[in-house]
Amino acid sequence: MQAAISVRDVTKVYVEGANKIQVLHGVDFDVEQGEVVLLMGPSGSGKTTLLSIMGCILRATSGSVQIAGQEVAKLSERELPEIRLQHIGFVFQGFNLFPTLTVGENIELALDLKRIRGERAKQEARKLLDQVELAAKYDSFPADLSGGQKQRVAIARALAGSPRVILADEPTAALDSQSGRNVMEMMRDLARKHGRGVVVVTHDSRVLEFGDRIVHMEDGRIAEPETEASGRKGMAEVVSMGLLSTNSAEHALRIC
Amino acid sequence: MPPLAQRNLMHDKVRLTVTLTGIVFAVVLIVVELGLFVGFTVTTSGIIDQSKVDLWIVSKGTPYIEQGSAFSERKLYQVLATPGVAHADKYIVRFSNWKTPQGAEDGIQIVGFNPYTGVGGPWNVVEGKVEDLKTPDAVMVDEIYKKKLGVTKVGETFEINRRRARVVGFTRGIRAFTTTPYVFTSFKNAQAYTGIAEDQTYFILVRALPGTDRAALQHELESRLRDVDVLTTRKFSSMTRIYWMFTTGAGVAVLIAALLGLVVGVVVVAQTIYATTMDHIREYGTLKAMGAPNSYIYRVIITQAGMSAVAGYVLAMFVSVFIVHASQSGGAAILLPWQMAVGIFFLTLLMCVSAAVVSINKVTSLDPAMVFRG
Repeated sequence: MQAAISVRDVTKVYVEGANKIQVLHGVDFDVEQGEVVLLMGPSGSGKTTLLSIMGCILRATSGSVQIAGQEVAKLSERELPEIRLQHIGFVFQGFNLFPTLTVGENIELALDLKRIRGERAKQEARKLLDQVELAAKYDSFPADLSGGQKQRVAIARALAGSPRVILADEPTAALDSQSGRNVMEMMRDLARKHGRGVVVVTHDSRVLEFGDRIVHMEDGRIAEPETEASGRKGMAEVVSMGLLSTNSAEHALRIC
Repeated sequence: MPPLAQRNLMHDKVRLTVTLTGIVFAVVLIVVELGLFVGFTVTTSGIIDQSKVDLWIVSKGTPYIEQGSAFSERKLYQVLATPGVAHADKYIVRFSNWKTPQGAEDGIQIVGFNPYTGVGGPWNVVEGKVEDLKTPDAVMVDEIYKKKLGVTKVGETFEINRRRARVVGFTRGIRAFTTTPYVFTSFKNAQAYTGIAEDQTYFILVRALPGTDRAALQHELESRLRDVDVLTTRKFSSMTRIYWMFTTGAGVAVLIAALLGLVVGVVVVAQTIYATTMDHIREYGTLKAMGAPNSYIYRVIITQAGMSAVAGYVLAMFVSVFIVHASQSGGAAILLPWQMAVGIFFLTLLMCVSAAVVSINKVTSLDPAMVFRG
């Protein structure tokens, strides 16, 4: 089966004056359809840069990036927005809903970008909100929703136009644990039921159980696949630092 | 497209108020300055435009109406003898001196015309009749200048060039650009009030017979008459306007003030639209991340600017119409012809859309990766 995202030997170098800062060093990375991949690592490890390259927001300095089988690394800046529109849905840490639009209009705006307009857009928006169990909030404004509800609206918006890939940046960081679980359950359902590739950048240990795979990044590289023993040793260190609960760490190790 | 532009605009009422105030201020300033320009322009040539004749015969090289020189009235008979001429009248426009019974003096412009035909006479007469000017020493002034001339009512007497002048009526809205009021009187009185010889005139006003080729008549008169220019009313009007509005620099000053109004408007509107854009910059970043092309976001910003322009223009027109109405009783008329109102609407649109360019530049350089930065 074709990978939703395929990243091969990708590097990213930022040039600031005479200085060159390499933030990604030959990254190889695949996301299959129907899979939830958690992208973890310390700040500055290159997670967000990799997410931006996979989301066609940034261009890789070298290497290959395929989205749904289409090579995008060589596309121009002008061509990238169309790839984002066609294939990628984003979920952001801060929800990034449009506060002056109603919930329904937020979804309709995303559909409008994909040239789905009028009554068809309204029907599609209701359907998407129904999927995230917020159909009753169609005419509400984001300010009237809880954090969890806002993130579910953001997920519905990301689904507008049926993209093959969902990229989520810290989607649970601003949510309480129950809301975070609900959001991650939805992410997992998206992947499983609709065959979408889902990548979640997260520091949140509470979401580990919802990932099919955890990819750890460090210093711009994907960390070597861990053996169970070394994995347990590593997780133990994380747990001892108070960053992960014991249950989450156990789950993480099971799926490594 | 969902109503993002409208909602963003209406979202912050204080900012909307500031934006609209800026636009209203700029538009009213432009209306007042351009209205004054139009008012001044119309005023400079009002006497000529209202004469409703076809041709003006003026002394050779006369650049504008106030600068006429006397010439022999015998030319009147040559004019009357020319085929195609229906009617011709002697006419005087000349500065003189007005003196009140209390001894106060002020400059005036005597307009001497033929009260039997009424050609070149006063219009908008609100008290008295043009025929009343047939009597010796009868004059008519505009009610705007009542205070300036010390006139309170019909029947009062004054002195012009040491001769008696009796006010027999008033006009409304006949202003003089030079601020020296027009005083209408018969041609005969005008000769006395200005001290010119009885066989002299300053102008001859000519009406052509219906169906006459006016250009041919003008040419014929030019060939028959010496030491004078034969000008169409439109040409003489234009010469007078150009002299006062541009040669003297008076109009340029008014136009510069109008231009300043435009600049102030652009700056104020640009600042407020830019501030609104910056308020929503994260949303624009989100739109770009979602794949919206720049043109989509430009449309949102330009729609906001356009809506501000329309709302600001409508409000400004209410204020402007009030000011224009109020100016009619003042010394300087502000005119707002419909063509100018339409022009200013498009100018307002252009002003607001230009103001949005700064915001558009900001959005163009916006990095969609900003959405991942916390």
